[in-house]
Amino acid sequence: MLTLVRSSTARSSRSWILGIQQGCNYATEATFETKPFKLHRLENGPPTTVKITREEALQYYKDMQVIRRMETTAANLYKSKIIRGFCHLYSGQEAVAVGMEHAITKEDGVITAYRAHGWSYMRGVPVLGVLAELTGGRSGCAKGKGGSMHMYCKNFYGGNGIVGAQVPLGAGVALAMKYQGKKNVCLALYGDGAANQGQLFEAYNMAKLWDLPCIFVCENNGYGMGTSAARSSANTDYYTRGDSIPGIWIDAMDVLAVKSATEFSKQFVLKNGPILLEAATYRYHGHSMSDPGTSYRTREEVQEVRQNRDPIGLFKSRIISSALVTEDDLKPYAPGGMNRKKSFDHKWQLTAKNKKADACFLLVIQKIDNDIRQEVEEAAEKAKVDPELPLEDLYSDIYSQPPPNFVVRGSDPTVMVSVR
Amino acid sequence: MALPSKTLSAACRQFSLLCRRFVGTTAVRSVHFSYVPDTPDPKHGSTTRMNLFQSITSALDVCLGKDPTAVIFGEDVAFGGVFRCTVGLRDKYGEARVFNSPLSEQGIVAFGIGMAIAGSTAIAEIQFADYIFPAFDQLRNEAAMFRYRTGNQFDCGRLTVRAPCMAVGHGALYHSQSVEAFFGHCPGLKVVIPRGPIQAKGLLLSCIRDENPCIFFEPKILYRAAIEEVPTGDYELPLSKASVLLEGSDVTLIGWGTQVHVLREVAAMAQDKLNVSCELIDLCTILPWDKDTVLASAAKTGRVLISHEAPVTMGFGAELAATIQSECFLNLEAPIERVCGYDTPFPHVFEPFYMPDKWRCLEAVKRLVNF
Repeated sequence: MLTLVRSSTARSSRSWILGIQQGCNYATEATFETKPFKLHRLENGPPTTVKITREEALQYYKDMQVIRRMETTAANLYKSKIIRGFCHLYSGQEAVAVGMEHAITKEDGVITAYRAHGWSYMRGVPVLGVLAELTGGRSGCAKGKGGSMHMYCKNFYGGNGIVGAQVPLGAGVALAMKYQGKKNVCLALYGDGAANQGQLFEAYNMAKLWDLPCIFVCENNGYGMGTSAARSSANTDYYTRGDSIPGIWIDAMDVLAVKSATEFSKQFVLKNGPILLEAATYRYHGHSMSDPGTSYRTREEVQEVRQNRDPIGLFKSRIISSALVTEDDLKPYAPGGMNRKKSFDHKWQLTAKNKKADACFLLVIQKIDNDIRQEVEEAAEKAKVDPELPLEDLYSDIYSQPPPNFVVRGSDPTVMVSVR
Repeated sequence: MALPSKTLSAACRQFSLLCRRFVGTTAVRSVHFSYVPDTPDPKHGSTTRMNLFQSITSALDVCLGKDPTAVIFGEDVAFGGVFRCTVGLRDKYGEARVFNSPLSEQGIVAFGIGMAIAGSTAIAEIQFADYIFPAFDQLRNEAAMFRYRTGNQFDCGRLTVRAPCMAVGHGALYHSQSVEAFFGHCPGLKVVIPRGPIQAKGLLLSCIRDENPCIFFEPKILYRAAIEEVPTGDYELPLSKASVLLEGSDVTLIGWGTQVHVLREVAAMAQDKLNVSCELIDLCTILPWDKDTVLASAAKTGRVLISHEAPVTMGFGAELAATIQSECFLNLEAPIERVCGYDTPFPHVFEPFYMPDKWRCLEAVKRLVNF
């Protein structure tokens, strides 16, 4: 099940993490088995064997952890009333955005619904861009004009507030890509709740009719707001609901399964037209911050997923136990690592011999976790004091090139401000 | 009615937090008006203290209890709905009569129309008025026209669509809109907006029993902010009948929903600061609206201020102003004033500036009396 490629190649390193890597005699890459995919109208599915390098593993871990930390921070900011309004958190679903983003390029398009923070980060919005958008600051990725549900960056089309409305838009983005002769695809994401909106079926039909390079993704977190999938959907096999569109069910608590299926799908849709992925996942928080998320499911259910199926916890234990680091003795660290080495040596002595490798990797991960905590905390502090746009921006961005002498009409002459 | 569970009260507390406004990191204020409760009509019998969402629940309870064909459906209504308006009703009347629908606004309204055509009382909930537009086609092209196009062989008069509307202090683009004017353009529909719990219960029961399809918009900020002694029994209040809440001689103030309460403060300020006597009218029903009450008041005062949260252009105030100038031209002492939302999308951080607050309204009163 597990194959390892060992390496102790010395590599130049500036960062402390690479120093540890250098110090450890670790595997540079490892191969994992994913859970089987379920297929609809497909003879062959994505590979269930996924090979990743140590760097990739650390990157996926880091990305998921940033999203988790960012969402926890957003929840706290909301509870302390610094974030107002509607706020939908992505915690629990990190493997979907992370696995997919690492299977596509920045030239591919993505459009999603209102649970957009994680995707915004993966598409290139910095943590501050997300948190400041939530606090209404001008450093927000929409200058504070959108808020929680409305986040955007290049080739990331949001961030949409109306359930299901983004899915036909995604098909339209895919149509543009095809028309322009690009070898790119568009991911159109929606939840299991939105899967029942009529316009999705209109989008499926047109996408298949015109063989658009569109990857429909149903992020099935089990609940459309407070209604479970089984109580809202006659057919809960969402990956089959495109009818003539082929579909794949993914265990989306496994970032590697998500990545594998998305890589496969990108190649597939460029040749064959649309595909429909069902990413089986889970959300830890309520639908939004005004929903405690416990009136339609038990606390035990949430706890069970957190303990046994958490995408970050699973991935972490997997990459550690896969011996992406070895039991070999640690070698001297990179510059600046001596003090840390001492503490590490101390830790190492305390651990059993067969735990040495784990300890080495754990230290890397601890460092990542600490860095992330610091990064997100700093962004949060900035977002808290980030100034709002000046008042005239209440009237900006409504029309481009408005007619001469156009004014935004209000009933008070002092606010009839020309549009910029 | 079942008492909310601990979880539900946690949700309630959470929501009540939403009803406060904060700028930056410090708390500033709660709602942008003072609520003055209505007095219950003694002929409607014994009362109990209710907020607006409880009075809605009470109306629905009365309806389900008396009308065996009545059903309630919508997103998450079975466990009470996001604003708790249907709490306890599934337990009392069964899941065949109070049930969750998929997230499918067009479907919700269309199924409601179908049920109503076939003789059931259909009470559909759209979770926010901002979400009603996927169902706009069904409301405009099916519900509003059904009676007319069938030569009165069929109608969907037993359909009532409820939806929370208007600003809540922090709702931003998609949880704040006032959409009544879109439906004001649809002959065949009735559009009703209550100002408080007593009105809400009586008007909702009237809508449900009215023989025309009704859209009932509930100002969501009032769900908790408005508390009154509400009659516990069955009573109806007339549709297409405006309420004159304050009598006055100098200026007529017209609003509906939340804005009525802002205008009530404006009337008090105008009296105190300007010695101007204002007549306050709650239009109550947007379509078909009560021309007689409005025109009589406009003819008496000669000065009219209309105020709503929806953008000024093509807001329902435009229709009122056009009618008033046409019918009361020789009575008018000043151009009709409209203090409304701006012609922008409903803003996120700029909501306090967008709102037609009492200060903007008071300025308009000054212009009216100084013209």
